[in-house]
Amino acid sequence: MLLFIEQLLNGLQLGVMLFLMSAGLTLVFGIMQVINLAHGSFYMIGAYVAATVAIRSGSFLLGMAVALPVAAAVGMLMELTILRRLYKRDHLDQVLATFGLIFFFNELTRIIWGRQPLFMDVPSWLGGAVELLPGVHYPVYRLAIILVGIFVALFLYLLFSRTRLGMQIRAGASNREMVAALGVNIRLLYTLVFGLGTMLAALAGIMAGPILAVEVGMGESILILTFVVIVIGGIGSVRGALVGALLVGMVDTLGRVYLPDILSLLVSSATADTLGASLASMSVYILMAIVLTCKPAGLFPAQS
Amino acid sequence: MGTMCNRKNIFNGLGLLCFLLLPPFAIQSEQEYLLSLFTRILIYGLAAASLDLILGFGGMVSLGHAVFMGIGGYSVGILAFHSYESLPLLSWPFVLNGTENALLAWPFAVLVAALFGIVTGAICLRTKGMHFIMITLAFAQMAYYFFVSLTKYGGSDGLSLYNRSVFPALNLGSDISFYYLCLTILLVFLIIANRLVRSHFGRVLSACRENEQRVQVLGFASYRYKLACYTFSAATAGLAGVLLVNQAEFISPGLMHWTKSGELMVMVLLGGMGTLSGPVLGAATLLLMEDFLAMYTEHWMIILGPFLIFVVLFAKRGLYGLLMGTGGNHD
Amino acid sequence: MTETLLKAKNLCKHFGALQVCRNFNLQIERGELHALIGPNGAGKTTALDLLTGLLAPDSGTLLLNGRDITKTSVNKRARLGLARAFQVTSLFNSFSVLDNLMLAVQAQQGTGTHFWSRAAHDRKLVASATSFVERMGLLDRATVLAGNLSHGERRQLEMGMALATKPAMLLLDEPMAGLGPGGTLKLSELISSLKGEVTILMVEHDTHAVFALADRISVLVQGEVVATDTPKMIKENKLVQAAYLGGAK
Repeated sequence: MLLFIEQLLNGLQLGVMLFLMSAGLTLVFGIMQVINLAHGSFYMIGAYVAATVAIRSGSFLLGMAVALPVAAAVGMLMELTILRRLYKRDHLDQVLATFGLIFFFNELTRIIWGRQPLFMDVPSWLGGAVELLPGVHYPVYRLAIILVGIFVALFLYLLFSRTRLGMQIRAGASNREMVAALGVNIRLLYTLVFGLGTMLAALAGIMAGPILAVEVGMGESILILTFVVIVIGGIGSVRGALVGALLVGMVDTLGRVYLPDILSLLVSSATADTLGASLASMSVYILMAIVLTCKPAGLFPAQS
Repeated sequence: MGTMCNRKNIFNGLGLLCFLLLPPFAIQSEQEYLLSLFTRILIYGLAAASLDLILGFGGMVSLGHAVFMGIGGYSVGILAFHSYESLPLLSWPFVLNGTENALLAWPFAVLVAALFGIVTGAICLRTKGMHFIMITLAFAQMAYYFFVSLTKYGGSDGLSLYNRSVFPALNLGSDISFYYLCLTILLVFLIIANRLVRSHFGRVLSACRENEQRVQVLGFASYRYKLACYTFSAATAGLAGVLLVNQAEFISPGLMHWTKSGELMVMVLLGGMGTLSGPVLGAATLLLMEDFLAMYTEHWMIILGPFLIFVVLFAKRGLYGLLMGTGGNHD
Repeated sequence: MTETLLKAKNLCKHFGALQVCRNFNLQIERGELHALIGPNGAGKTTALDLLTGLLAPDSGTLLLNGRDITKTSVNKRARLGLARAFQVTSLFNSFSVLDNLMLAVQAQQGTGTHFWSRAAHDRKLVASATSFVERMGLLDRATVLAGNLSHGERRQLEMGMALATKPAMLLLDEPMAGLGPGGTLKLSELISSLKGEVTILMVEHDTHAVFALADRISVLVQGEVVATDTPKMIKENKLVQAAYLGGAK
């Protein structure tokens, strides 16, 4: 039971990371109708910049303060120079061009930072663990990630429901021509949305830094899970991204821990271990296949 | 029209001549690594051309095509593995022994790839556009992680073969005969595919790419057409995987990684979409470029990435389109 | 002697809060040219989408030849004899005129699955498609890509595509829209030459053409058929006059 609570929190924490990644990406998908494979690169850039600054200065917060604007700036620059030309192109062109961007960013990172991964420390003021329930100790840092995720979700909710900019973004997702007809500067809106998306991705990367190794290719592994989240949630829907992220986070985390146990009730433990491990690594994809078989447009289709 | 056809024939003829004459040239000039490089070009060319069939003709943008190569390759690898260990692959409900015989293992591998194609295709093709891209990607990743977790067959380290498959009356261990076998298979595929896209079936397929709803209103069950094409393409990519595992005598899940699927797409685009022989040219360009750039810098991807973006933005019709002049491309 | 070919019973469809079709009832007799008119936004295109199967109704039934096709897929309905020409012409732009028609003929011949024989060498197919090219008056444009046709020619081809599937029933969505007087005349002649050969349901704004061509007219107001009668009686119908006076037209 205690283990279960801990695993639930781990699932929540993974879900939060995925939410940060997918919120930005789903907006870009929904509003600009553009597939951006290079979204993972901003996760990586955020992590690298933050790690470098944090290692040099010893301050995690300073690292974050530098990395967020840097990632957003790189993102907006990329939108202005390359992605903007792709909005009207078909998805294939978008896939290929952003695939080229991944090559570029990965290699650039290798040239700047080398092949060795960077290791970032958990900031001391977030170190240690707290006793949530009697017997359940949980690292403070991971709790902080969950809190940041809740904070971002609230921020996005308020942005979309209470501000003019948020309304325009939402309207843009459902009807582009309408928004343009209303005199909104759609180009600027796109650039801003893109900047917001990259900043969220970078935030996820920065927070992942102390948990995972900061290395080239870290963006791609989370990118695919992000896609799964978006497809499950429904392309273009931030609410879908939240639900999808939590679902994927939970299924992935709990599957890895409990599938071998559950299977061992059915087959011998050695088989259960291997079978469980492979099933667990596939579980989110199976989840996605099931969701898409029942609802091809995802759980919360943005456009009806 | 006539001149264009001539140009196309001349180009294809010259290309074929180059491929035919390569082995003697490589041996004469004592650059035998060229032989293995060009064998890989032929194999990737086959995979890329099969992708072109669904991408360029059917309009199905799949970002998981490499998975079929992986499945074809692993099928041969696993059968061979069981043959070395003399362990049956299956003991229930029927006994299935491993084999190194190409005549058994290769069709089996192609069949497995086709089967995976038809099952995943049936689900993927329910979706369109962005969803389709992502769900093909996700299925490929699913297979990737599946093979990573198969520790019995090497997990993420992959599986090595002791030797190539046994082919009657042909020593596949000889690089030259293997090269010519690959060339023959590629040619046969190109002929079949060329027939296919010009057939009644091929027309319905091309029409689906342009306006699927209209095709349905005309009375075609477009889903089935696309699924049939998807499955055929998957089987061909499976065959490419079979050849690749034989060429390298090694297979790892890395072959199924989504970036491999991306590379196949790049080959199709570089060569020219919807042209069938274009992707072979694309495969040659990409692999030769890699080979060439890698001689000068280990960071060759920093050149390849922007080059790719440049091609997408400014040279959409690909090299084949450039060589053919106007009208070489489909659109 | 009349025999009902298509019958819609109480079809309803809403998008969100918007009820676009309410109790849509329509009965079309075999061989007639039936026109569906109504003010802008009355739901005419939605009605055609429901009949073709591009949209699924929330409730109601649809019978073709007495057979329930409410849940039948788009392509099956087409094979049962429902053909449609679109308002926004949707041709295969990278195909030539002849290729477009060949595709439609293929659908009718059921040769779509032949994967080895070259379509361009199929004499029967080419001959049949050519006869439709001729009939649509596009013979000198046969090799032109559909994307390069003029607006009027696209309309003609669109019609030819629908006809080439040899339908029992042809649904025409505003065939005259955007055509000049010459084009309208040409198309009117074409449509009237089809009378008797194929049952036609035509949605059309050009009231002049409608009253000249149609055997019977149904009037659609706010998703509901308010009257069905001969052109003469419809002209005198008070309800219809009221609807049109209130409408945009």
